[in-house]
Amino acid sequence: MHPAFSVIFLTTLIGAGQGLFLALFTGQLYASIKLIDAQGASFYAVGSALSLGLLIAGLGASFFHLGRPERAWRAASMWRTSWLSREVIVLPMMMGVVFFYGLFHYLGWTQPWFVAGDGALPIDATMVLGFAGVIVAFALFVCTGMIYASVKFLEEWHSPYTIGNFTFLGMASGFMLAAAYSAYLGNHLVGFYGTWAVIFTLLGLGTRIASLIRNATLKHKSTLQTAIGVRHRKIVQKSQGFTAGSFNTREFFHHQSPEFLRLVRIGFLVLVFPLPLLLIGVSYVLESPTLPIAAFVIQYLGLVAERWYFFAEANHPQNLYYQSVA
Amino acid sequence: MTQLALVIDLNVCVGCHACVTSCKQWNTSGWAGPMVDENPYGADPTGTFFNRVQTFEVGSYPATETVHFPKSCLHCEEPPCVPVCPTGASYKREDNGVVLVDYDKCIGCKYCSWACPYGVRELDEQQQVMKKCTLCIDRITDQSLPEKERQPACVLACPTNARLFGDVHDPDSEVSVAIRERGGYALMPEWGTKPANHYLPRQKTRMHINEDELQRADNPLTKEDITVYTGEETLDDVTW
Repeated sequence: MHPAFSVIFLTTLIGAGQGLFLALFTGQLYASIKLIDAQGASFYAVGSALSLGLLIAGLGASFFHLGRPERAWRAASMWRTSWLSREVIVLPMMMGVVFFYGLFHYLGWTQPWFVAGDGALPIDATMVLGFAGVIVAFALFVCTGMIYASVKFLEEWHSPYTIGNFTFLGMASGFMLAAAYSAYLGNHLVGFYGTWAVIFTLLGLGTRIASLIRNATLKHKSTLQTAIGVRHRKIVQKSQGFTAGSFNTREFFHHQSPEFLRLVRIGFLVLVFPLPLLLIGVSYVLESPTLPIAAFVIQYLGLVAERWYFFAEANHPQNLYYQSVA
Repeated sequence: MTQLALVIDLNVCVGCHACVTSCKQWNTSGWAGPMVDENPYGADPTGTFFNRVQTFEVGSYPATETVHFPKSCLHCEEPPCVPVCPTGASYKREDNGVVLVDYDKCIGCKYCSWACPYGVRELDEQQQVMKKCTLCIDRITDQSLPEKERQPACVLACPTNARLFGDVHDPDSEVSVAIRERGGYALMPEWGTKPANHYLPRQKTRMHINEDELQRADNPLTKEDITVYTGEETLDDVTW
C-alpha cells in the first residue's frame, strides 16, 4: 500500500494523545489512593490540553486524507457496519472527555461526591470522567486498529496484532510523553511514567515482532491463477491496459526499493524500542530533565517510520493485476 | 431478485479495447459528470476508467497462449466495498443488484478501494470522489431507449460479442445458460465475494478426422473391379 502521511500522522498523534490521557488519569488514580505524590490542578489541566492538542492535530491530519473534507460530517452515519464510521464517532467523544477532564481540574471541581472502598477511593467529577475516558480511549484504539484489521484482503493487517500494536504503541508514546512532561516540570513522576512507558514499549515490541514474523511467512490467498481464472503455473502479465499511471498504480504500491523498506524496518525497530528505553533508563540514573523529552521525540519519530512500514508492508491482491505496464 | 451482470467470453475477446473506449465515451458524457483525465496529452497521462483490458501470457514459448482479460467492477453479490463505506455513498441497488457510488455523498476516503480485492474502484483526481463501473445504469434503466439498446456501452461496442449482459439470477437468461453450459467462473472465489460477473474460459477448437474419412474404405467400384494392376492408375485414383 502507498503510505499516506495524513493517516500516519492521524494514527500516531491520536495514539500519543490517548496514551497521554491514560497516563494522566493513571497518575490521578495512583495519587488518590496515595501511592504517589498528588499533583496540582495545573498538571492535569495543561496535560489534558496537550493531549487534546494531539487529538486535534491527528483529526486535522486525517482531513488531508479526504478528497472531499467538507463532507466529512457524513462519515458518522454508517456506524453499524463501518469501523471508519465508528472511529469518526469515538474520536470526538475522546476529545470531549479530555476537554472536560482538563476543564474540571482547571476549575478545581474535585470535591469528592462520595468515598468508595471503605474510605480509600474518593470519587469526584474528574474521577468519573477519567473512568469514562479510559473506556473511550480503549474503544478508540480498537476502532482505529479495526479499520485496518477488518480489511481481510490486506492479509498483513488482518490480525489481532494490528490492534495490539496500535494500542500498546500508542500507550507507550503517551506514557513516554507524560514522563517527558513530568521531567520538563521537574516533578517526581518521571520514574512512575517512565516505568509504565517501558512496560508498554515492551508489550508493543512483543506484538510488533509477532506481526513482523507472521507477515514474513504469510502466504497470500490470491494468486495470478485465481485472479484471472486460468489454471497454469506460468502466467506472465504482458499489459496492464495502459502505459502511464492510474489510481491502481498510485494507491496500492509504495514505489520504494526493498532495500529502502529494510532500512525503514531497522530504523523503526531501533527508534521505537531500544533507544527510548535506553534514554529513559539513563535519565532515571542521571535525573536528567531533557533525556525523557528526547526519548519521547525519538520514539515518536520511530512510530512515524513504524506506521509508514505498516502501510508499505501490506500487499493488496489488486496488485496482481498491475505487474507489468506493457 | 434480479442480479444484472456481465459474462465475458475470454474465448473470443481479441483485446481490441473497444469496450474500454466506448465505456469512457459513454460515461464521460453522462449526467453523472465527466470521467476526468489529467494531463491527457502530456508525458504522464492519467484518468478515470471503469473498464480496462489487460493481457496475459500463459505457458512458456512455444507452448504459449495469449489471454486478453477485460476487467471492470464485478458487481459482487456480497460486495465487501459497501459495508466499509462510512457515509453510505457506496451501495448495492435492491432492484437489480448493481453496485453504485452516490457521488454527492462520497467523501473520497478511499477505504472502499482498499476493501475491493479486484482493484476496480478509482478515485477521480479532479472530482475527488470514488468512481466505478455502473453497468451503464443510465442506459439499462432508460425506458425511452429501444429495448435492444438498453445494454451497457461496452456490450454494444464489442465487435466479437465477447460481452454478454443479463440477469444471472434468471436461470433461463442468455448469461445464466452461458455460465452453466460453458463453464463460467468467478474471479478470486477464495474471498467469498460472490462476483455477479462471470468469465467464460478459453476453449481450443479441435477437429477430429478419422482415417476412413480420407481413405474411402468402402468404395463400391473397388469391389466390382477385376483388373490386375501393375503400377498404373487404379479405380481408387480416378473415383476419389
